Amino acid sequence: MLQKKIPLAIVLVFGIISAIQYFVPHPLSQEYYDTMLKWMIGVGSMAVFLALVSFLRHHYVRLKVKEHAPYSAVAILSFLFMTLVGFIGGMGPGSIFQKMFYYVQAPLQATMFSLLSYYMASASYRAFRAKSFEATLLLITAFLVMFSVTTFGNYVPGIPKTLEWIMAVPNMASKRGIAIGVSLGSIATSLKIIFGIERNWLGG
Amino acid sequence: MHISHDPWVWLAAILTLAIFSFLYKDNPFFKMAEHIFVGVATGYGFVYTWNNGIYPNLLKPLFVEHKLLFIIPFILGLMYLAVVVPKFSYFIRWPFAFLLGVGSGLSIPLAFKASLVEQIKYTILPNPHGMSIGLFINALLIFIGVITVVLYFYFSTPHEGVMKPITKTGIVFLMVGFGASFGYTVMARFSLLVGRFEFLLGKWLGLLSWLR
Repeated sequence: MLQKKIPLAIVLVFGIISAIQYFVPHPLSQEYYDTMLKWMIGVGSMAVFLALVSFLRHHYVRLKVKEHAPYSAVAILSFLFMTLVGFIGGMGPGSIFQKMFYYVQAPLQATMFSLLSYYMASASYRAFRAKSFEATLLLITAFLVMFSVTTFGNYVPGIPKTLEWIMAVPNMASKRGIAIGVSLGSIATSLKIIFGIERNWLGG
Repeated sequence: MHISHDPWVWLAAILTLAIFSFLYKDNPFFKMAEHIFVGVATGYGFVYTWNNGIYPNLLKPLFVEHKLLFIIPFILGLMYLAVVVPKFSYFIRWPFAFLLGVGSGLSIPLAFKASLVEQIKYTILPNPHGMSIGLFINALLIFIGVITVVLYFYFSTPHEGVMKPITKTGIVFLMVGFGASFGYTVMARFSLLVGRFEFLLGKWLGLLSWLR
């Protein structure tokens, strides 16, 4: 009862009311929507505690392994420091929290993502062999896009116009087709979840 | 050459170089920088979520504005922590059930309107900017592309017979789309790389002042 029936009832009740409210032009319906949005953000945000429990538990276990201990200690200390400066000093302009974001988190994140450009270059060299018509199309389109966003590409006659056409016609058609497929899939999955046909989220 | 005297810039530069050291091989400097990133990003996420998610949407309405109805999401939120008590860990399904229920319910009409109806509308309606031969061919290509791509993802029928040329055409459009996405992704990564070098050579070492 508590383990499966009540969660399934919660999904059914809130799912049906939330779907119907869109079609009811009444202030009560709008109030329900505004309240549910707040509740969703609130309940969703509380999941951060789940993430913290998982993070601290993971690194606490690794503290006992000599090889990983210094790194996990650094991870925990960095977390505690960031949390403390965030709560004590605030998040405003000029705060240590903001400086930590601009001078520690942002550079680390940007550098990690930029590292991928090296690996993408080597991987695409191996993958981009024009073995078939489809692979050749992908290769040509990717090359045109990459070339046209460089300064030099802008000065080659025909390249900007060709890219504009690729983005506005075949690329648009493909993205639109995918969007329609995704929306049909999401509607079907939502209905399956609401009516309890899809129960994988309940776990074992 | 004007090397920066700002300790924050030095910290960012050292951490940037520590991450780049991975290009040689996995090493303690990279691992240390990686774990600093994990800790700092988790802390940032926690403080940000607290200030912009939990407090204004849950704690403030309940404890400051005394809206008693907000006790429901508050209790649902606390149920996440049931995961630390194995005997009651199944209570974690309740907040998930709420999020899935409301999320699914709200998403059905929105997906129907924003993604499905709007996309179909702009595929079949005439171009509002008028109609020339060129625009007509483009509109026809988009129409064919959308239909064939959607049918490519229809797996209930084998892609044989009539379906074979249709799905083959769908793949052609998909490949162009994937090529464009790949190209933009690679260039976005390269732009980040250029940004990091600009920071190291310019803001840190002051070698790029002649460019300005």
